[in-house]
Amino acid sequence: MSSATHAGAGARITAITSGKGGVGKTFVSANLAAALARQGQRVLVLDADLGLANLDVVLNLYPKLTLHDVFTGKTTLDDAILPAPGGFSVLLAGSGMIEYSRLTPAVRDLLHDVVVRVRPRFDHVLLDTGAGISDVVLYTVSLADEIVIVATPEPTSLTDAYATIKVLAANQARRSIRLLVNQSQRAGEARAIRNQLQLVVDRYVNTTLDEPLTIELLGDVPLDTSVREAVLRRELLLDAWPGSAAAQALVAAGARLLGA
Amino acid sequence: MDTSAPAPLPPPPGAQQPHGLHLELALQLLEQSGREAPSGEAGSTVWLQSLIDALVELSSRDALTGLSNRRTFELALAREIDRVARSGEPALLLTLDVDYFKQVNDTHGHTAGDLVIQAVSRALAETVRPMDLVARVGGEEFSIVLPNCPAAFGPQVAERIRTRVEREAVTIAPGQSIGVTISIGGAFAPQWVRTTPRLWMDRADVQLYRAKNEGRNRCCLEAAAVSQVSAEEKGLLFATSQFQGLE
Repeated sequence: MSSATHAGAGARITAITSGKGGVGKTFVSANLAAALARQGQRVLVLDADLGLANLDVVLNLYPKLTLHDVFTGKTTLDDAILPAPGGFSVLLAGSGMIEYSRLTPAVRDLLHDVVVRVRPRFDHVLLDTGAGISDVVLYTVSLADEIVIVATPEPTSLTDAYATIKVLAANQARRSIRLLVNQSQRAGEARAIRNQLQLVVDRYVNTTLDEPLTIELLGDVPLDTSVREAVLRRELLLDAWPGSAAAQALVAAGARLLGA
Repeated sequence: MDTSAPAPLPPPPGAQQPHGLHLELALQLLEQSGREAPSGEAGSTVWLQSLIDALVELSSRDALTGLSNRRTFELALAREIDRVARSGEPALLLTLDVDYFKQVNDTHGHTAGDLVIQAVSRALAETVRPMDLVARVGGEEFSIVLPNCPAAFGPQVAERIRTRVEREAVTIAPGQSIGVTISIGGAFAPQWVRTTPRLWMDRADVQLYRAKNEGRNRCCLEAAAVSQVSAEEKGLLFATSQFQGLE
């Protein structure tokens, strides 16, 4: 199924999702956005975790205007798009979005409308989705041109990443999904995880598809104490410790995203 | 109260034509379908509500079998999709039809056909839980919505329904009875995910065709919901040496 927003020029839309929560999805979104911005890209991160948004926390922003205000007509889209540290823009969900955590036709239309409207104004839009595979997450992902799944090497995270891949293959006819392994503990681990996921997909998912689904390794962000420090200080890793191994890995992932 | 007044005669003032409404046909329809007359004082709000309720009930039922009709079924399906998307509870949709039903009609006549449909309907209604909805959705086609039905129970439930119909001897004339069988297809609603009634029905239909093609009188259920990860899949997912290397 092609994305509803494919037509026309405009930003490349990337959904960042994870299956399991707590794997650093929002951390990755924010730093990936900063990496893209450093390459001269006009980048927007849309906080699509409508139920439990926390991009504002990661970025240390206290927005007066959020997606909620856009949805309720209290403000315009232009006023709700805010500059973030790192040289990119954000559209924050803010709290109070819990009533949008269910995909009603109204929520669907509003999300679609926002994505269509921001698309011509940026080079890259990252959709930071909620955890899990709720209907809001699946719908948000359906608006994207490409999908990045963030996973850690933990078995629970890999299981949920795999479940997400299965659902996306079946429900959205996705045939290419990118994987970013966060908190990897040794060289080659991310590659091994990607290969193992591909093996299981080949055996259990691709046998049911007309065209096989391929998992591409987008990034391998090593476990790094500087990440914890940056998160606690509520700063971007790329600003706080640009020389750290994790920051370098995120910059490399950003470059790979652009190269596609 | 008295509802035996024939329609052409003018009803008692204010009784059958409250507020100038023409209700003769509605009352006739209820009587003809064997339903009770509206309760309460004729023409009162309670009486009108009771009449409307009875008409709603009538329009939600299949005339031949008394099962829910297609309209009610589609409403129930949409409601169930809504619930599954919200709660993540597993729900099963079974779609089934009577094997070689055309032969029953051709050989024994349409009255026998109707008796078969009624017998199958009774068997279905008796086999499912009160919370399940059995509907006649076409000539010899039925659908059953089973809310909160765990994936592991699906095959058992379908098989119980199939054998229950298989055991039933349908008396089509004094001293003459025939046996019929059904083929069943089933699909679970994808948990947490909002699907559409059409898509869900199509998936169950695919399984029904499979059951027909594999020889009829059998149940075919779609493989486990796509978001579930089997033990086998997990086994392979963690089969790599990388996990042994971690402390």
